[in-house]
Amino acid sequence: MRGQARGREDLLAKVVVITSGKGGVGKTTSAAAFAAGLALRGHKTVVIDFDVGLRNLDLVMGCERRVVFDFINVINGDANLNQALIKDKRNDNLFIFPTSQTRDKDALRREGVERVLEELKQQFDYIICDSPAGIEHGAITALYFADSAIIVTNPEVSSVRDSDRIIGILASRSRRAERNEPPVELHLLLTRYDPGRVVRGEMLTVDDVKEILSIPLLGVIPESESVLRASNTGTPVAFDEDSPAGRAYLDAVARFLGEQREMRFVQPERRGFLRVLFGRA
Amino acid sequence: MRLFDLFFPPRPTSAAIAKERLKIVLAHERAGSQAPDFLPRLQKELIEVVGRYVEIRDDMIRVSLGKTGETSLLEINIEIEGAKAKAASAASAVPA
Repeated sequence: MRGQARGREDLLAKVVVITSGKGGVGKTTSAAAFAAGLALRGHKTVVIDFDVGLRNLDLVMGCERRVVFDFINVINGDANLNQALIKDKRNDNLFIFPTSQTRDKDALRREGVERVLEELKQQFDYIICDSPAGIEHGAITALYFADSAIIVTNPEVSSVRDSDRIIGILASRSRRAERNEPPVELHLLLTRYDPGRVVRGEMLTVDDVKEILSIPLLGVIPESESVLRASNTGTPVAFDEDSPAGRAYLDAVARFLGEQREMRFVQPERRGFLRVLFGRA
Repeated sequence: MRLFDLFFPPRPTSAAIAKERLKIVLAHERAGSQAPDFLPRLQKELIEVVGRYVEIRDDMIRVSLGKTGETSLLEINIEIEGAKAKAASAASAVPA
């Protein structure tokens, strides 16, 4: 490579894994929102579903009826990349790369994944890998090629413990670790945060989780009705700029791109007298 | 508030308990995460190698990994009292 003209891929393309160890913490929601946020900022972005056999990113992104070919088809050479990539209808910079619903995770061969990622690097600025839960083949493959990792964590004991485990795996079993390259850049994304419960001492605080995991905080996403609403309609929540969760994701994207932004949504919302009397949330 | 707390010490909140539990379990897991995978294999191979020279049972070799402060200590205990030396050719390479 050295001495040759450096292509776009060497300069820009960045592989980002969205991972957590634990299931149900918001990986796919975060992958969709993060990819949408990067696209809104003008970066050509593809989001890949690594959860072979349990395809869901297509639903969250609202393109489930447009899936023809998938990741495994491309790895096996049954389809080419451009046949499988789905262009988002809301943003020209955003592409979805769905996975197979019928195969199992062993279909993700490392060499095949590497070849596809190299090809994607020619076309995209950011490649977002939505990892499956667990620490088995699928999850390891999703994080193996990462330059950067977003560790999605809930303020809850089992999630924090599993995040710690994944951080250890990133440090020892990623390609960067194996090759003694600079380590995978780590970012903590705290999701489903409920400032009200934190104030009452019922939930770990942002600082607790930061202190325990000791990796830099990228963002705090408040527990929000808008997340379920977004997945109901197949819209990445970052496209909902009126919702707290959507704005929190956009803030996280801005920080990821190097901007300084104050943490919002970490204090309980002041509620009006009537809302306190007549209803929650 | 402070005086009140003195007479009625506040019960730790569930979040504080969660934090303490996490700290303890993670300290344990992080310390142990460096080595445990290879210990059983090491033990098996040691039995093979030592077994070429003396008759040895599985339970006569104990392998453990300890940690004191910054120092890790790999401890291998091989009990050979009562073990018979093997008269095979391999044993002749090692003067008793």
